[in-house]
Amino acid sequence: MFKALTKLLGNAVAAFGAITWFLLRILSQVPRALLRPGLVIHQIHNAGALSLVIIMTCGLFVGMVLGLQGYDMLERFGSESSLGSAAALALVKELGPVVAALLFAGRAGTALASEIGLMRATDQLVAMEIMAVDPFRHVVAPRFLGGVIALPLLTMIFIAIGIFGVQLVGVQQLGVDQGTFWSQMRGSVEVDDVMQGLIKGCVFGVACSLIAVYEGYVAEPTAEGVGRATTRTVVNSAVMTLILDYMITAVML
Amino acid sequence: MLNSSPTTPNLVEIRDVYYSVGGRDIFKGLTLNVPRGKITAIMGPSGTGKTTLLRLITGQIRPTRGQVLVDDQDVSKLSRRALYALRQRMGMLFQNGALLTDMSVFENVAFPVREHTDLPESLIRNLVLTKLQAVGLRGAYKLMPHELSGGMARRVALARAMVRDPHLLIYDEPFAGLDPISMGVILRLLRNVNDALAITSIVVSHDVDEIAQVADLSYILAGGKVVASGTPKALKEDQSGLVRQFMNGLPDGPVPFHYPADDYFKELLA
Repeated sequence: MFKALTKLLGNAVAAFGAITWFLLRILSQVPRALLRPGLVIHQIHNAGALSLVIIMTCGLFVGMVLGLQGYDMLERFGSESSLGSAAALALVKELGPVVAALLFAGRAGTALASEIGLMRATDQLVAMEIMAVDPFRHVVAPRFLGGVIALPLLTMIFIAIGIFGVQLVGVQQLGVDQGTFWSQMRGSVEVDDVMQGLIKGCVFGVACSLIAVYEGYVAEPTAEGVGRATTRTVVNSAVMTLILDYMITAVML
Repeated sequence: MLNSSPTTPNLVEIRDVYYSVGGRDIFKGLTLNVPRGKITAIMGPSGTGKTTLLRLITGQIRPTRGQVLVDDQDVSKLSRRALYALRQRMGMLFQNGALLTDMSVFENVAFPVREHTDLPESLIRNLVLTKLQAVGLRGAYKLMPHELSGGMARRVALARAMVRDPHLLIYDEPFAGLDPISMGVILRLLRNVNDALAITSIVVSHDVDEIAQVADLSYILAGGKVVASGTPKALKEDQSGLVRQFMNGLPDGPVPFHYPADDYFKELLA
């Protein structure tokens, strides 16, 4: 029992060390990767623009559900007029960053991990090394940066569409007063709340992108290994997102 | 770029190298030399560490003991920067080509040039098209890697490997899985490239007959050591057990047909 526990702990520390070392190697190549803005822009497009449809669709439906549930709950206390502020706070501070990160891990993270894993499996990464091109500069860093830049933007889009969804159900369907809805929201959502959402988006962006490129890079060069890398990307990103979410919330509240 | 005054007649020297991975010994005192300007073949049964040898020469792995000298530099002692500088004078052709799948044929061949130099676009274009012309694929410069056949991909990879006029060209199983025509093309290219660019080539292969046509010198590896070396012709006539088995493709011999197992009859009747 004790032995198993120490082994587990040892593995966790080793994994943490490996991923930290990996992050440092990426960061050391970031300035040189930025010298080729084309590569980074291409990756922002891959991770960001290509995730737009899923982010917008889910944002709309999360907002609409929030409108229905929020209205039902607030109505019991006779305070359905606060729907705007309640839903907006929930979206800006929690739902937006977390759900966007989970969707990002599923859509862009898996794509990154499997792409890099397949590059490893087809010797493309080794070929680069033999050509004296550091794969961290050409492959890993631009993809990491693309994800880090894309997720906060996606988070903001998710929140905006979500609020539109709340409005659609609350105001258009259930009859909350339009003026009250918006003025309550403007009255209660502070800059600090938006900052909290944005900071979460940035932190989740770093975590999810790092996990995706790491899992892809260390994937076993087989079909099975690449499959496992994508699975681990989603699982680890989701767990990490929720843990970090708790930590940031605890610190910032 | 070319070393104008070669100090040793050998571009690559492997000196008494030991290497083991996961408790399994791959090399046990391997020693071999690759003379400058020649085509050297490395042959041997599967699993004798031919590809591992290439990884040692290119500095992807380090030997447990012994020296790997390339151009008089001990690869295992080089810093990352020095290793990358050395690799700029090497070209390698991978078994499956290892073309970068998100780039066209042209961009793949241009990739090493773009990464390491600031040449003007017109010069890069000429450089790339010349190399593609040499491998007969100038017309295919717009294609993407997934549109190429296996033989074509390998020819593009060869153009990429030689685009910066390396000292040393390394071929990992260049004939594996090719049809006879593509094989003939690669064979001819191998010889022409070596002679025209005055470079040194290392070819890892177990296609005995093909390699015999082009190699100046052959090594046969087995059991972590060199078991025979010489010109392909001399090896063909070698009558020692393993060499004869390998060169003639005999199913049984010093390398047994059967994986070690308990007695056959005993196991069946048990």
